[in-house]
Amino acid sequence: MSDNIHLFICSGCGIGEALDTEALATVAKDELGVAEVKIDPALCGEAGVAAIRAAIGQNGNRAVLAACSHREKCDAFSFPGRIVTRASLRDAVAWVQPKGEENTRMMAEDYLRMAVIQAQKTEGVEPFKLEISDAILVVGGGTAGLNAALEAAAAGREVVLVEKDAELGGWAAKNHKLFPTKAPWRDLEEPTALKLAEKARSTPGITVHTGTTIKSISGQPGQFDVVLVTPGGEVKFRTGAIVQATGFKPYDASKLGHLGYGKSKDVVTNVEFEQMAKAGIRRPSDGKAPGNVVFVQCAGSRDKAHLPYCSAVCCRVGLKQALYVREQLPNAKATVLYKDIRTPAQWEDFYRRVQEDPGVFLLKGEVTGVEVGADGSLRVLADNTPLGEKVEVPADLVVLATGLVPQAADGEAIRQVRDARAVIAKNDSPPQVEAAKKTLERLGQHEGTEILNLTYRQGPDLPALVYGFPDSHFICFPFETRRTGIYAAGTVRQPCDSLSTAEDACGATMKAMQATKLLADGLAVHPRWGDQSFPDFFLQRCTQCKRCTEECPFGTLNEDVKGTPLPNPTRCRRCGICLGACPERIISFKNYSVDIISSMVKAVHIPEEFDEKPRLLAFFCENDAYPAFDRAAKKGTQISPWIRIIPVRCLGSVNVVWIADALSRGFDGILLIGCKSGADYQCHFIKGSELMKTRSTNIQEKLKQLALESERVRIEELSIDEFDRVPEIINEFAGQIEAIGMNPFKGF
Amino acid sequence: MTATSSAVGAPVLVIGGGISGLTAALEASEAGHEVYLVERNTYLGGRVVQMNKYFPKMCPPTCGVEIFLKRLRTTERVHLLTDSEVAAVSGNPGAFTVTVKTRPRGVNANCTNCGACVAVCPRERPDAYNYGLSKTKAIHLPFGAAYPPRYAIDFAHCDGKSCAKCVAACQYAAIDLDEKERTKTLTVGAIVVATGWKPYDAKKLEHLAYGQAKNVVTNVEFERLVAADGPTGGKILRPSDGQPPKSVAFVHCAGSRDELHLPHCSAVCCMASFKQARYVLDQLPEAKVAHFYIDRRAPGRLEDFLQALEAEPRATLTKGKVAKITEDASGGLILEAEDTLLGKKLGFTADLAVLAVGLVPESATANFPSSWPAEPTGFLGASPGVFPAGCAKRPGDVATAARDGAAAALKAAFCGKVR
Repeated sequence: MSDNIHLFICSGCGIGEALDTEALATVAKDELGVAEVKIDPALCGEAGVAAIRAAIGQNGNRAVLAACSHREKCDAFSFPGRIVTRASLRDAVAWVQPKGEENTRMMAEDYLRMAVIQAQKTEGVEPFKLEISDAILVVGGGTAGLNAALEAAAAGREVVLVEKDAELGGWAAKNHKLFPTKAPWRDLEEPTALKLAEKARSTPGITVHTGTTIKSISGQPGQFDVVLVTPGGEVKFRTGAIVQATGFKPYDASKLGHLGYGKSKDVVTNVEFEQMAKAGIRRPSDGKAPGNVVFVQCAGSRDKAHLPYCSAVCCRVGLKQALYVREQLPNAKATVLYKDIRTPAQWEDFYRRVQEDPGVFLLKGEVTGVEVGADGSLRVLADNTPLGEKVEVPADLVVLATGLVPQAADGEAIRQVRDARAVIAKNDSPPQVEAAKKTLERLGQHEGTEILNLTYRQGPDLPALVYGFPDSHFICFPFETRRTGIYAAGTVRQPCDSLSTAEDACGATMKAMQATKLLADGLAVHPRWGDQSFPDFFLQRCTQCKRCTEECPFGTLNEDVKGTPLPNPTRCRRCGICLGACPERIISFKNYSVDIISSMVKAVHIPEEFDEKPRLLAFFCENDAYPAFDRAAKKGTQISPWIRIIPVRCLGSVNVVWIADALSRGFDGILLIGCKSGADYQCHFIKGSELMKTRSTNIQEKLKQLALESERVRIEELSIDEFDRVPEIINEFAGQIEAIGMNPFKGF
Repeated sequence: MTATSSAVGAPVLVIGGGISGLTAALEASEAGHEVYLVERNTYLGGRVVQMNKYFPKMCPPTCGVEIFLKRLRTTERVHLLTDSEVAAVSGNPGAFTVTVKTRPRGVNANCTNCGACVAVCPRERPDAYNYGLSKTKAIHLPFGAAYPPRYAIDFAHCDGKSCAKCVAACQYAAIDLDEKERTKTLTVGAIVVATGWKPYDAKKLEHLAYGQAKNVVTNVEFERLVAADGPTGGKILRPSDGQPPKSVAFVHCAGSRDELHLPHCSAVCCMASFKQARYVLDQLPEAKVAHFYIDRRAPGRLEDFLQALEAEPRATLTKGKVAKITEDASGGLILEAEDTLLGKKLGFTADLAVLAVGLVPESATANFPSSWPAEPTGFLGASPGVFPAGCAKRPGDVATAARDGAAAALKAAFCGKVR
């Protein structure tokens, strides 16, 4: 079956010095039966590339390039639509092994065998094309939602804008004024939300539904079927992608009794103060102008008992509101009690402007309480101030800087609640019912908070990250939510100001528009951008174990009543975690499958036990561990000659059968390197290495069954910058396996 | 594998290949646009690839950059011009004419990264990637994970044809010592300015003894001094004697929030300093860290990172501005600060001081039309068809720069259509 495979061996960059390329060519011809072998002193040069192109120009011809790492020379070795595999003779062999030795040759031969079988088994991919809607649904009609809707419409997209309140504009429309959003960063500005709302209403491409909630969103990106509940009844339509711009709610001030809220009418929140400023600042208790307004910053924020995080805008809001006092009541003073003043970037100029005002007093301290006297007088108590360890600041009016709470629902939590309810309803075994009741106790408050109402197996809304924000976990990819085609923007994603919110809305809209464009072209979105492969399910053999539907980090798969997976290809990110999860091995990509990798594993020659040449198999995450290995190779650090490395899409895509196959074939040890897991996980597919750890229990059982030592399979986590660790890990592992001795299954 | 699709509008020019520009270029291209990405350096990644870790996850920048580069290798719609600067811009939104000058790199696309040239090169240069803290050969790979993965010649330190040892050593005809500067004219619909930032010149902070006391370093240098591919291989060592420091002082707002230097807050330095304290605490189990701040600025969920540091017994955080640093006979440092909370002067000694120098926008010095609205500090505002992103516009962290890149890409990609 290798008669359509053309092998090209590069002898440049030290390969020719380390290896006898003619001998390799002979192995390829005699043993592997490839159609043709060419040796080129610089395969990436014009002549080399032309020869490859000529060879694979024929119908069905495939090429194996035995040269540098697949991460190198990608421009030269780009053959769209053709099946070309790579054997890393340079980086993985010549640069990390002694020249001319038998073990070096054996390693090179194995990489050739693997690349040839990979080329044989790989099938061509075709873009998966569906009828894709390029319309955008924007959920939330505040600053983020209005900006998103207007940007998408301006770019020519049909937009539906849904707002649960009766009016558009959100919190921003309720502001008296805004703190500066432009140079010279000193002046208060008029709110723009209502103008944006008017513009949205008059833009032809935008359909606005206020007083509206979402009954359900079914389907998948490009084909989301939405049912709205509007004041006029249900409205149904199809949309392509979603921007969730549901904003924030102010922290519930009734929980801030220690700060006098609810005890005195003259203790108000910063949100209430905006309304008061619009009407003219007066004390609620007696309608008189206050002489001293005290602003208590971080009222609930940066407080473990309330909101542990900083709400990011309250400092600037407090300073702005201090200016309201000074503008409206020139004889009044404003005192701002703060932990730290957080006015980033050019807002330092605004801070400076406020400091210039002789009637504004800024005092650092920890506010411990607000006391309400019998006569209604107010005293703010603070510790650790420059004026003394304990001070009391008399106040006529106290404004609490309450923080931002995301207006979001935690899809994963709701799903757990629903599952628990189902267990209780079915009256499952007592321990299960008990566990379900515990889940309800822990997460019951999430019931009824649904916003998007996605009909996804894994829950009706985006999964929340920390503190309820459905943010991306990634610093570099701030819009990557865990549901393809749905992007969070603005304060629902993270605490931020109105300018950042508007920018955020643009970014999220870009991702939403891009998603529909890519899906229309049959291509994957981030992080495997442009990938045309997609998973194929051979459902006749499915045993409804639900591992794939549970483990997919992106909620791709739904289930029918029996638990059979229902694929939704446009939700898929092509990580292959389902492939790794499936015990029946029925999930495959045309260019990445259980069979392809198994065949590569089996292609490695296992010397007999008395040869004393152990064989170690390694699966490296292609995103971090493999690039780290490449970088170590550049430094020329020598590694054990026993190792054979296969890059995988994600460590979570490693099917346990590959490990079982390898052990029964006689591999002496198996090394798996993935990305860091845990709270600060680095896995681009969220939980790949974590899942592999869970699966390792199965692997350990398998080892037990085979009566093999547990050390024969090792899982490591590595960052891409720990490149010096890669050779260390390989060599340590090799040493350990040599000490344990050979796998007794060799030769069976 | 190459994803192809018809382009959907006029090409977009992205100036700057740091995190913001890379994001803008890829996002616009993945939305179907042709993009020219112009980068002044010999490599992409800008300031972020000179960072050791990102806060708050303490994850390496090259992890995300690897994904960016994978996307870049997969697309044909991003036309990359490294070693290049925009020399002139004329025209109007929808049809700007842009002149790009490309410096000779001396090494062409034939380069295979084999390194044979380096072995024979007799000349050295200060390694710009390591802020001059180490040296490379005149012909060099910018850094281990550089993209494009191709060597470059620093002609300021090259003997040229009189030497030409590299030319003889190269088996792939990749080296051209005669390469001349090239000029290219592009027509683009819109421009994203993602020119980023540079660190404030610490030599202007005379009272903080930078350049006088060996053990006073800047925050950007400290990133290199902790990085595995930095001059010390990642070991935190005092420059004066090569010993690990027992105490490290972090001087916040070194130049920032100071009208004599940078009036703005540089937005990231507090968090960067907290992160760097973490480097010290994690690597040196005996060492102590001391921060001197005006305000501890850890916005949003970054507060958690600050809280964790405050709970650390080996860390102190003092509200106060460092007025002076002097060096003692053994290279140790004496910091004079005022504790503004207690209202008293503090003397503090440290083995090493790290100055949190602020961000200066690169756009302040770039070759842009005067009609582009720059603030006095150099930060750039938007104008028709021209969209600043990231630190060219406002100091911010990596996540903000990436967010901004995507936002600017949207505006630039579709402005021809509507604006």
